[in-house]
Amino acid sequence: MAASSSATTPLLRVRAVQKSFGSTHVLRGIDLEVARGEVVSIIGPSGGGKTTLLRCVNFLEPYDQGSIAIDGVEVGYRGDETRKRRSERDLARMRAETGMVFQLFNLFPHLTALQNITLGLTKVRGLGRAEAKDKAMHWLGRVGLTDKADRLPSELSGGQQQRVGIARAVAMEPKILLLDEITSALDPELIGEVLDVVLSLAAEGMTMLTVTHEIGFARDASQRIVFMAEGTISAEGPPAEIFSANQSNERLRSFLARFSAAHRL
Amino acid sequence: MGYVLNFTLIWRHFDKLWSGLILSLELAVLSIGIGCIIGLALAILYVSGGRILRSLIAAYVEVIRNVPLILLVYLVFYGIPTVFDFAYSNTTSFVVTLSAYAGAYLVEVFRAGLDAVPRGLIDAGKAIGLTPFQRLVHVRLPTMLRIALPALSNTFVSLFKDTSVASVIAVPELTYGAQWINFNTFRIMEVYLVVTGLYLVTGYAILIGLRALERRYAIGR
Amino acid sequence: MLDQIAYAIPFLLPGLLVTIEVSLITVAVSTVIGIVLGVGLVYGPAALRWPIRGFSDIIRGIPILVLLFFVYYGLPLTGLNLQSFAAAVLGLTIFKIAQVIEYVRGAIETVPRGQMDAAKAIGLPFHERFFYVIAPQAVRRFLPPWLNGVTDAVKGSALISLLGVGDLLFGIQKVVARTYDPLALYCFGALLYFVMNYALSIASRALERRFSYIRE
Ligand SMILES: Nc1ncnc2c1ncn2[C@@H]1O[C@H](COP(=O)(O)OP(=O)(O)O)[C@@H](O)[C@H]1O
Ligand SMILES: [Mg+2]
Repeated sequence: MAASSSATTPLLRVRAVQKSFGSTHVLRGIDLEVARGEVVSIIGPSGGGKTTLLRCVNFLEPYDQGSIAIDGVEVGYRGDETRKRRSERDLARMRAETGMVFQLFNLFPHLTALQNITLGLTKVRGLGRAEAKDKAMHWLGRVGLTDKADRLPSELSGGQQQRVGIARAVAMEPKILLLDEITSALDPELIGEVLDVVLSLAAEGMTMLTVTHEIGFARDASQRIVFMAEGTISAEGPPAEIFSANQSNERLRSFLARFSAAHRL
Repeated sequence: MGYVLNFTLIWRHFDKLWSGLILSLELAVLSIGIGCIIGLALAILYVSGGRILRSLIAAYVEVIRNVPLILLVYLVFYGIPTVFDFAYSNTTSFVVTLSAYAGAYLVEVFRAGLDAVPRGLIDAGKAIGLTPFQRLVHVRLPTMLRIALPALSNTFVSLFKDTSVASVIAVPELTYGAQWINFNTFRIMEVYLVVTGLYLVTGYAILIGLRALERRYAIGR
Repeated sequence: MLDQIAYAIPFLLPGLLVTIEVSLITVAVSTVIGIVLGVGLVYGPAALRWPIRGFSDIIRGIPILVLLFFVYYGLPLTGLNLQSFAAAVLGLTIFKIAQVIEYVRGAIETVPRGQMDAAKAIGLPFHERFFYVIAPQAVRRFLPPWLNGVTDAVKGSALISLLGVGDLLFGIQKVVARTYDPLALYCFGALLYFVMNYALSIASRALERRFSYIRE
């Protein structure tokens, strides 16, 4: 698993990825690259395969064809001709390099906020207890939850839970952070506190691939927007271009029109 | 009715009931302990094993659950020593039986609990790079236990009541003590009233304790 | 071993019939009474609810064996002289009623409150609200535990051999006393109970599927 960290290889490289659930063809040949330090946001109608793509990137979902590589290393299958699925141990090691934040938080309900973060640090990164705790407390501080360290997820608001979710992911110091509609389960007044954390991470150069319905956030945080519908990427470009009024892509324009109508943007 | 309750004789022999109750509790605790080990081990093997292993575990569960406990008690106490050349005390024999019986019910409780662990939590475990074994130990089992707690409590209390079947092979537990007093003093109403009270108080005390645990640990769902 | 089982069969058949008979009576009677009391527990006035609650909690809190002995040895003292068959059926039925009450309560409580409100809003009287709105939705939740309980009834009935009722287990005991081959006979007995109960559980799964059309 030698990492080729040359500045020219993209950090994430997705090539011709196909994926079906039974007879539903969900990803129909996806090509996508994310450079080191870049923030890319995927937008698009629901059911278009955005979540599935993100889950393929850390192999929570095996894909049928194509390849996905992080830092030049093939993710789920061995890079050689055999294309054999990696062992669970290898998969675990690879997944530690990608952080993921989930729509429904998925905090471990039996662990405190602090323990949710230290679990991966001690068991996967092999840090000692004290060191793991220091690091976790640092990240809890970054998301503004120092005083909630010993609370169980059930004692936290949705926004607080999601901030713990972000801290849990970034504390592992992943090469890339995957964010899947991380605010869509939150009450409107809690969305801001979570997006602020993400914006500050972006400002520090964290590489991110996000799926979001927050158009404003996508515009402010990302260098590039990817429009995905029916399993294909049909438009891609800098925010100014994608959101411009004279957008030539018919599908994208009608999506944005319907979307802003629904959200009174 | 013409029947006058008189508890004097019951109190005179109360030590029989008291020691019986203690033995009932000991039988329950031992069998539940062993049953939990069997149940947990088999539930883990079931969810991670192949088809053959699953079928074997399912067979064990189905056989035990579809045969009356009293018949299993006879089978283990009278039947097994006739072929395998050894003897065990009636108490040991009953603990063996109730443990196997408890194991079959507890596999189901644990297995259902493991199935009910939300997929998202397992995904979150994968996402931070936990290996399958680490996910089992740090995510699936602790969550499963909390989900399964209410069902576990009910099973435990039910197993405590099942210790009464030990009386059929003369294990001197509470029901046996009741019968002894029944046949030796003929204060039948009195003895069963007292024994009913003892089972109720003990059973509900266990349940209240376990419910307190649930409130502390169960995951609100 | 096989010839011993062949020898045993004539002894076991009448016992098997008694086991089936006792289970049938127990299940039928307890279902009717249990449903009535269960509905009383949920919708009745406090004066009805509390005694039902108490009855169900006490009966479910003691071992069936104790209840059976209580009925069998205790009732004659009150002047009620029961044959062992009647005492056995009575004891098992009382136990089962307490369980059915709980199944009914649990099933009704899973029907969302709004259903009753909606039925009231269109002006249905209580019995129509219950029969047309609540009951059809509750059946789905009632069936699985009730069907499980049928197997329990068959298994529980094995205890009545202790009262001298000639059920299947009693038959097995009789043969064991003559042939001195407990292992073969108990295994054969276990097989008979298993076949009976396993058939029941397969039948119940089919029945459950028929009622699974009601979705939340
Ligand atoms: N585990 C699954 N099994 C079957 N179908 C699935 C599964 N996950 C997603 N799908 C289907 O794949 C399609 C894309 O889903 P998803 O990736 O969640 O889209 P999006 O995130 O863009 O809304 C949908 O039609 C969805 O029903
Ligand atoms: Mg999605």
